[in-house]
Amino acid sequence: MTETVTTTFTPPTRFAVPGRIAVSTGAAAVWQTATLTEIRRETPHAATFRLAVPDWAGHLPGQHLMLRLTAGDGYVAQRHYSIASAPDDSGHIELTLDHVPDGEVSGWFHTVARPGDTVEVRGPLSGFFAWPGDRPALLLGAGSGVVPLMSMVRHHRAQGLPVPLRMLVSARSPEELIYAQELGAETTAVFTRSAPTGVPVGRMTATHVAPLLAEQPPGGWEAYVCGSNGFAEHASRLLVEAGQPVEHIRIERFG
Amino acid sequence: MNVTRGFTGRPRVDNPGLPPGQYDAGDDWPVLSAEVTPDLSPADWSFRIDGLVERPHIWDWDAARALPGSSYEGDIHCVTSWSKFGVRFGGVSLDAFFQVVRPHGSATHAIAYSHTGYSTNLPLADLTGGRAWIAWEYDGTPLAPEHGGPARLLVPHLYFWKSAKWIAGITLLDHDEPGFWERNGYHERGNPWEEQRYSGD
Repeated sequence: MTETVTTTFTPPTRFAVPGRIAVSTGAAAVWQTATLTEIRRETPHAATFRLAVPDWAGHLPGQHLMLRLTAGDGYVAQRHYSIASAPDDSGHIELTLDHVPDGEVSGWFHTVARPGDTVEVRGPLSGFFAWPGDRPALLLGAGSGVVPLMSMVRHHRAQGLPVPLRMLVSARSPEELIYAQELGAETTAVFTRSAPTGVPVGRMTATHVAPLLAEQPPGGWEAYVCGSNGFAEHASRLLVEAGQPVEHIRIERFG
Repeated sequence: MNVTRGFTGRPRVDNPGLPPGQYDAGDDWPVLSAEVTPDLSPADWSFRIDGLVERPHIWDWDAARALPGSSYEGDIHCVTSWSKFGVRFGGVSLDAFFQVVRPHGSATHAIAYSHTGYSTNLPLADLTGGRAWIAWEYDGTPLAPEHGGPARLLVPHLYFWKSAKWIAGITLLDHDEPGFWERNGYHERGNPWEEQRYSGD
């Protein structure tokens, strides 16, 4: 059947979510040299790389950057990485990278890089997943998907923000839980392969999400979901089923 | 050139189909939508073209599927730097839809929008001449929901965020209006061969 158009289109699911911030196009267009100043191991597969970027324009928690490495013959590899550090005026930013099997960029960081090395970055990029710290934040992450969420947690703490913030994070095991020592009362960890004695093993379920949505802050939660596509699909479905409005779910999928 | 100490990278492949800054994702097809994948059945799907056209029109699933079929076999390129080679999509050329609605001569740009409310802008010229499709099949099977099924826009010569998933309609305009990612700092056109990733590229 076909029909003539008489009405305007209204999307049934109302994902007309705007970005959280206006993006500075000037800063994002310029490649800058970043100098590696420190490497910290987080888990057997993830490490944090601290970079001095003297002309960094500043970022909001949740934003990412583009990073590129150049080989001697001019070959270039570039990737998008979430920023792990909270915004500050240190002239430094931190990235936490998984060592991806056969990953040419993460492999260089994990096996070759040392303090003093330089790479190139441009950013910060995209305002969509940014959290300025204004609305109550409900954060769901898995694996290295915790990285941009940790920037939000750190920002929340550093600024002593009054809005509520809760994080639900999934890891294969306690050893694989990135930032384990830094997580506080705002965070609940879910372990999918092995857990400390007395803690159940299994994926994130409605049981984890429901109590968070039961305590609705004024104005409701803004939900941020980050991880693999499989996790993002699963976690966002849990949120929707628990009553979180789709227009207040922001997803960043790694891939 | 700013050479990275000790970086060699993957073995070089001479691939003239690979735009600058891209790598071959092989068998992977990453999903990067920013919203919740909608629960949208073919029965709930519709596609409309309106704006600067002679006869605005809405097609439901059966009406769209009744148009002459057309397929795309080639490559796709994502702004996050992966490219995927030799993909096969089935659907209908947008030209077939435009023949029904007859765009006005004054139409220069389009805004494509999804059943989720996602949107993206394109010059009209990028949607005509056999270079854009409404696609519902991938590799001979129904397009998966996370990849935009039941039907998505397919504009393979531009970065893939222009190929709106869960396509709901296209509005023709006489000016350019930024869509979802374009308001979030992405390039207004997104030509991978000129590496138009972000605003200002």
